[in-house]
Amino acid sequence: MRLPTFWGGIHPPQNKDLTVNEEIESYLPTGELVFPMAQNIGAPCSPVVAKGDRVLVGTRVGNNDAFVSAPILSSVSGTVKEVAMRMTTPGLFENCVVVENDGLYELAPEWKPLENYESADPKEYIKRVRDAGIVGFGGATFPAAVKLSPPPTAKIKWLIINGVECEPYLNCDNRLMLEETDKILKGLRLMLRLFPGAEGVIAIENNKPAAIAAMNDAIVKGGFNNMTVQPLMVKYPQGAEKMLIEAITGQEYPLSKLPADVGCIIFNVRTTHQIYEAIVEGKPAVERIVTVTGDAIARPKNIKTPLGTCVRELIELAGGFREQPVKILSGGPMMGTSMRSIDVPVVKGTSGILALTANSAMLRPITACLHCGRCVTACPMGLVPSALDPLVHARLYDRFEQEGGMNCIECGSCTYMCPANRPLTQGCRDGKASVNAMRRKAAAK
Amino acid sequence: MERLLVVSSSPHIHSPLETPKIMGWVLAALAPAGLAGVYFFGLRAAAVMAVCVASCVFFEYLWEKLTKRPVTVSDLSAAVTGLLLAYNLPPTIPFWMAAAGSAFAIIIVKQMYGGLGANFVNPALAARAAMLTSWPVPMTTWTLDGVSGATPLALIKMGAVDKLPSLQNLFIGNIGGCIGETSAIALLIGFGILLAKDIIKWQIPVIYVATVAVLCTVYGRPVGPVYEVLTGGLLLGAIFMATDYTTSPITVKGQMIFAAGCGLLTALIRTWGGYPEGVSYSILIMNLVVPLIDRFTKPHIFGEVKKNG
Repeated sequence: MRLPTFWGGIHPPQNKDLTVNEEIESYLPTGELVFPMAQNIGAPCSPVVAKGDRVLVGTRVGNNDAFVSAPILSSVSGTVKEVAMRMTTPGLFENCVVVENDGLYELAPEWKPLENYESADPKEYIKRVRDAGIVGFGGATFPAAVKLSPPPTAKIKWLIINGVECEPYLNCDNRLMLEETDKILKGLRLMLRLFPGAEGVIAIENNKPAAIAAMNDAIVKGGFNNMTVQPLMVKYPQGAEKMLIEAITGQEYPLSKLPADVGCIIFNVRTTHQIYEAIVEGKPAVERIVTVTGDAIARPKNIKTPLGTCVRELIELAGGFREQPVKILSGGPMMGTSMRSIDVPVVKGTSGILALTANSAMLRPITACLHCGRCVTACPMGLVPSALDPLVHARLYDRFEQEGGMNCIECGSCTYMCPANRPLTQGCRDGKASVNAMRRKAAAK
Repeated sequence: MERLLVVSSSPHIHSPLETPKIMGWVLAALAPAGLAGVYFFGLRAAAVMAVCVASCVFFEYLWEKLTKRPVTVSDLSAAVTGLLLAYNLPPTIPFWMAAAGSAFAIIIVKQMYGGLGANFVNPALAARAAMLTSWPVPMTTWTLDGVSGATPLALIKMGAVDKLPSLQNLFIGNIGGCIGETSAIALLIGFGILLAKDIIKWQIPVIYVATVAVLCTVYGRPVGPVYEVLTGGLLLGAIFMATDYTTSPITVKGQMIFAAGCGLLTALIRTWGGYPEGVSYSILIMNLVVPLIDRFTKPHIFGEVKKNG
């Protein structure tokens, strides 16, 4: 039987075998932890602590009252060492709260399980999810509480748990589905209370048979109602929101709409897991699971580490480098950010640390476009990247918009396929940024 | 150490298929037809191929040196053009004409329009057309060492249907014609290689050939669809020329329209044209329509209601 999927897409090598059987290891760092104030899509936070303050696990160190935002909590107990500019993942200097860890990991007293959580008003969950600082842990970091508060006109029919993990190399979601199956399903059950008419769908790519089996077993054993596991065809970028909705519900929706407008709410498995822990166990979302992998890493691992941990420590924990890397990425190879330094903190959006050798990074010269059409076949959004790229170079931004350039989801499929090594995704990214900048400028007038 | 890290925009991995590899596979797919050409027409055919490939590569190198552009002969595209041009020439062609045709293909048709990917007609076909108008007699002289005379399409045109070679000879290539076009079996092996390596899709060759077969039958040509398909440069053109990335539409839908157009024109020229063969001109004419086809066959943008055009 043909599994559901979307139009277009590519099949990059998976390279998941490096860490697929590595159980998630917990790591507790010592020394200082760094919490950048911009860790979610939406409004960045401002520091709410000062040098010398004592903080505990779950103490708010950054906050913003804007609707689309999530607070930043300390992942350790200790003393605020400074509030200063520190380098973050993209190589920029950002405002950060630096906490000197006392190694005690003492939980702040306000963090307790939600009483009678099964009968409590589900609106309480939303507050709890926000307070716990939960964002989309798939890497997009959209504040989860906002997703749980769709406009009243939206009729939610599907609550989709995204266990697709279509980025090559990464295994943190896969491992979590195997190791914490029940918590994910229970988290989904709690959220289904908010949307009584909705159906829960756990979407997993077919290359994770163990996770699919574990989820199916747990659903039967646990008697979870209104939940199904939906295996999906293995194809990148199956985990992208629009592609996932297309595969599961058959719906396409335009740029101007949100998943909730077409009856869908999507959460990454780790986000669901964190929602469960925040409500039922009284734990703030202060840790993340990071796959440290790549052919330059000596002993690739899946590590659960407090937010704010230095990336260098995780690489050392994974045995350091066995070969000189030419690229170190935060995230997967298709959409991840390349880092200029490994002395940056793990943040909510760090889905993996990937160190690639020259051999696997394939840095090659850019040559002339052949019009071979591989980028067109690969683009899941139905764009013609080979035509958009020259428009951006010529600064014809009106044409770029007309040709649908703003729809680009920056999945990287076109660049991956291009035999001339043309950075087509980067072209679209630049085009989108320029159009957005012009729109902001026009709006400010 | 981190000073050495490369910082760039995603994605950070890449498909192994690169332009030189694609061109390499095209050369590999062309090899069977070349071997068949040498087998049936002798070493003169091999010499013509060598002259064309060498002069195409040389003229590309020379032009890029003179214009101070990066030298791109290592992408093998000039070699492909040279080999394709040779396959479109009679084995008796004087070497200097082959070299002149190569210069036309590379300098006038390819480089003057911006090099690889920027030419709007197929360089080898345009050169062949130019050579045909410049030297009509040498370009249509098929006799080599007394072997094989007129091409099957010329015989059909003359109404000498009783003198046509057998289907079997047509299939293996033991007939008169250009160096690379006569052996159907060798060209089909090449088609298999291109499909297996994902260099081309099936749509252009299959639709092109099918359209010619159907229309030639409808137009009442005397020899039947199978014979039509195996004669002339149809298979060579459909598999290797019409599928040229640069001069064919970018979407599969556009490619299907393009292929049907090539088929229609070929059938028209074969049936009513003054010249027995229509493949080169059909492809050249359709090359000119590609920008228009591309414009009207854009893919459906995800989530957007289809607008007209």
